[in-house]
Amino acid sequence: MSNAANFEQTAQDDVIVLHFSGALTLPCIDDLPQRLATIEEGHPLRLELDDVSRMDTVGAWLLYKLKRDREGAAEITGATPEMTRLMKQIGESDKPIKIRPDTRPPLVRVLTDIGRATVDAFSTLGAFIEFFGHVLVTSWGLVRNPRRFRFNAVVRQFEVVGVNALGIVGLMSFLIGIVIAQQGAVQLRQFGAEVFAINLIGRITVRELGVLMTAIMVAGRSGSAFAAQIGSMKLGEEVDAMRTIGVSPMEALVVPRVIAATVLMPILGFYSSLIAMIGGGIFCWLSLGIPPTTFVQRVHEVVPITDLWVGLLKAPVFGVLIAITGCYQGMQVKGDAEEVGLKTTAAVVQAIFLVIVLDAFFAVFFTQLGWV
Amino acid sequence: MTDMAQAEHAGQPVPGLQEDDESPVIRVEGLYNAFGDQVIHEDLDLELRKGEILGVVGGSGTGKSVLMRSIVGLQRPQAGRIEVFGDTIGDLSETEALKLRSHWGVMFQNGALFSTLTVAENVQVPLREYYKLDDELLNEIAAYKIALTGLPPDAGPKYPSELSGGMRKRAGLARALALDPRLLFLDEPTAGLDPIGAAAFDELIRSLRDTLDLTVFLITHDLDTLYAICDRVAVLADRKVLAVGTIPELLAFDHPWIQEYFRGPRGRAAAASAEANEGPAH
Repeated sequence: MSNAANFEQTAQDDVIVLHFSGALTLPCIDDLPQRLATIEEGHPLRLELDDVSRMDTVGAWLLYKLKRDREGAAEITGATPEMTRLMKQIGESDKPIKIRPDTRPPLVRVLTDIGRATVDAFSTLGAFIEFFGHVLVTSWGLVRNPRRFRFNAVVRQFEVVGVNALGIVGLMSFLIGIVIAQQGAVQLRQFGAEVFAINLIGRITVRELGVLMTAIMVAGRSGSAFAAQIGSMKLGEEVDAMRTIGVSPMEALVVPRVIAATVLMPILGFYSSLIAMIGGGIFCWLSLGIPPTTFVQRVHEVVPITDLWVGLLKAPVFGVLIAITGCYQGMQVKGDAEEVGLKTTAAVVQAIFLVIVLDAFFAVFFTQLGWV
Repeated sequence: MTDMAQAEHAGQPVPGLQEDDESPVIRVEGLYNAFGDQVIHEDLDLELRKGEILGVVGGSGTGKSVLMRSIVGLQRPQAGRIEVFGDTIGDLSETEALKLRSHWGVMFQNGALFSTLTVAENVQVPLREYYKLDDELLNEIAAYKIALTGLPPDAGPKYPSELSGGMRKRAGLARALALDPRLLFLDEPTAGLDPIGAAAFDELIRSLRDTLDLTVFLITHDLDTLYAICDRVAVLADRKVLAVGTIPELLAFDHPWIQEYFRGPRGRAAAASAEANEGPAH
């Protein structure tokens, strides 16, 4: 580049003369900083700028730094008034500005992080339980004063949580049914007991998988939506606006969602089990040659009615859990839009985790009841 | 004073850019923008002269931000021609466009800082993107740019979410200035600031214009800003630039919106306070 920044170094008596040329600007400086750093210390400097065509703040900074960091005088000649003013202004901006945060020793940092995470975990648990209590109190208030119940909001959530989920839950369950039937048949064939694949399909879908998979799907679909909706309402101060008008966000936002999830989870879970059995049945019919009537009859024989109760009793509990986790995380949003994303993720992860933990408890519980 | 400064400062041309003092920095001709049925701009013309601060005003929805977005290439206009430094936006190759972008800085309304980076890292992003500089110089540049925009010394390692609105705007300005641009776009720089902060920001923009030899395209609603620092004001209304000129010239312009804007109670108050501060900038 023709106007690349450059300088020629000459010595006059004790003085080092640097004759600059070209443009002292960011695109043109190239290796100028490195070359300037190699100039011998201990001599007075004279910086000649007569041939400098342009200077920007970076050029001004380099000259200013040259002047600041060296012992002995440095004089600048040939600068235009603009350059002088620019160097003066940059000099005034030379303040001790922090660039990086203070670093702590790694051990202290790790211990601090662990401590903070522990405290956070417990305070989240406490706040979650408090929120749960708040929902219960609000619900009891609605029972005593049913006129405050928001029927329209609940119906709307029924549609969003339930009706709109039928397609995806159905497809998922159908495929899961086929997979279980196929994998079961492959293993049982080794004992010549392919027909027991029907036991497998019937019991596992009705008792466990139908509800569990539905819960995971609802957590991903609706739990996240609850957190994101309420979170962005929180961000836009809509929730605060509701409070100032006298509308309780608990009544208007949280309770309808909790009711919708609680009522619809058993229905969706039952639907899911049914579709999974249809999927498995079709596989048995086409692949194992078991006709549908035989399949239904066999399911009737091997699946005890208690399996259905186990599934249907778990479902509303999962629904409450998912809805409350989503709403709770949404209500925790404050600050910026990034929070909405973080809380939505947290809502889904926590909901799925809690559902699976609780499912394990239920498994032990119902076995102890004798519903095997 | 800007004209004098340029005459003395007419340096060598920046490679790839035409530059002489007569040709405008930005020239917009026959701009047409529409979203669906809604026409935002129709046959809009505008020129931005070198070294000036041009205030762009207009009612809500008159397309001030859309105009800025069209000029910086974020929005492709349906028709019309936009030249910046003599290059036509839209006709440039990828590398030419990249080069042109290094000659302007844009400050968005809320700073638009990258939320996962600290203030200092935000300022360094354009520098790292365009040049290979060693870390020491990068840190020094970030430090003096932060100081130049009047941020406190401990602002460097902070994240945008930890800053107040005014500080976020200053940090946005520091990032816009990172590459030493010759052209600065500011979208409502004083919106949401308290009057003292807004006045300080106005003063900052003017002093930066003077020392760094900037040309400034400034969208604002703030009448005080117009009186305090703008050399000329462009009024957007009826889908075009209705009038461009100094405030006294606009006051003589017979259009109901302009008259109401400058002669309304707020306009009169701003004029009075500008007079008390020994008149407008120019």
